[in-house]
Amino acid sequence: MWRRRTGGGARRSPEAAREAEPAAPARPAEPPALTIDALGRKCPIPIIMLAERINQVATGGVVAVLADDPAAFTDVPAWCRLKSHEHVGSYELPQGGWSIHVRRNY
Amino acid sequence: MAYLDAASTEPLHPAARDALLTAIDAGWADPARLYGTARRAQMLLERARAEVAELLGARPDEVSFTTSGTQAVHLGVLGTLAGRRRAGTRLVASAVEHSSVLHAGEVHERAGGEVELVGVSRTGRVDAGRFAEAVARPGTALACLQTANHEVGTLQPVEEAALACREAGVPLLVDAAQSAGRVPLPGAWSVLTASAHKWGGPAGVGVLAVRKGVRWRSPLPEDERERRRVPGFENVPAIVAAAAALRARAEEAEAEGRRLSALVERIRAEVPRLVPDVEVVGDPDLRLPHLVTFSCLYVEGEALLTELDKAGFAVSSGSSCTASTLRPSHVLEAMGVLTHGNVRVSLPRGVPEDDVDRFLAVLPDIVRRIRSSLGVH
Repeated sequence: MWRRRTGGGARRSPEAAREAEPAAPARPAEPPALTIDALGRKCPIPIIMLAERINQVATGGVVAVLADDPAAFTDVPAWCRLKSHEHVGSYELPQGGWSIHVRRNY
Repeated sequence: MAYLDAASTEPLHPAARDALLTAIDAGWADPARLYGTARRAQMLLERARAEVAELLGARPDEVSFTTSGTQAVHLGVLGTLAGRRRAGTRLVASAVEHSSVLHAGEVHERAGGEVELVGVSRTGRVDAGRFAEAVARPGTALACLQTANHEVGTLQPVEEAALACREAGVPLLVDAAQSAGRVPLPGAWSVLTASAHKWGGPAGVGVLAVRKGVRWRSPLPEDERERRRVPGFENVPAIVAAAAALRARAEEAEAEGRRLSALVERIRAEVPRLVPDVEVVGDPDLRLPHLVTFSCLYVEGEALLTELDKAGFAVSSGSSCTASTLRPSHVLEAMGVLTHGNVRVSLPRGVPEDDVDRFLAVLPDIVRRIRSSLGVH
């Protein structure tokens, strides 16, 4: 929709992320220890699934949340900030949506 | 019902009601005509214009009445861009402007123009330095900045933006919809827009003020009304009522603002204490006096509004499931804060303190019940 977006500490919107500059490297550096399929589920369900299952990976491990509700793109990183986990990156899926990677910090 | 959605629309001020009823009888005729009843309508219209101009810090001949705040923004943005076509085609705005600014920007883009949105901090405040850099880039025709955000209440650095605009020779459109009648307005605008129903006037009246010397050309077909800026027959009784409400609000604003701000402070402090996993968003200090927004983790915004409505509370939400577009609020997205489980509480003039007490009393159990229905305990 918008050609240019500048500045701000906040994360980009899904539209901005689809623009030329990626929000994160195109590929994750580390394979996830657990993948949660929340495709087709509306927020807050993807966040609830993440909160329920993050303890299934060891501390320091990465969980991938697959989601296509645009709210998840903002809400998963916001959840990480509130819960002191790490948002590693959000990677576009070929079929639409994102694989949003979260590292369990504690 | 406890009405806590003043940011959507403020209930009609008693002064506006009285003025409206009088003006319906006295100001119905066509103010552009030359007979007695028409001259009377014209006198009422011009008196209202002078009053609104004075209260908003403008000259009467700079003020035109539109049919809404949204129309004022559309005409303000597109008219100034048209007037500045030779200077450039870039529109700069914050990423958290009202949708009327963003939609006018889309029209501009479709016509070949360029739009640059300046991001905001986690609290929703635009960085004045980045805004200044964007404005200073060559080819900028217009910059837009709201006085305060309509969803989270954060005040914007309008004075700094105005300074940067003056240095770059770029006009600044200030959208004062959420501030007019509540807090003092900045004076350093080129174009100012506002909406009467947000300050307790009737719906159907917006204000478009264009400073003398600012180039502006109507994006719409020619019409004689409102200094050729707004087409169509003015709603004189509603405009008279809007002016009466603004006058009354100006007199009350300081004391009532302090009272509402203390109530908002209480909500900001109490909600995170009473409800687990809540994020209060927006700037805690640089904010409107009457508005507070928070998001509850693991809660659907729509379910929250429905339950609050059943409990007798009218509030609104920026969550996607409550929007017709099914998209989360662009404001919350730009801030990078939780978009689900979002509640905006905005206090109308005269709200009883008891409404806030009761809201704080019912909220924790409502959130707990919704979470438990989703299996979150």
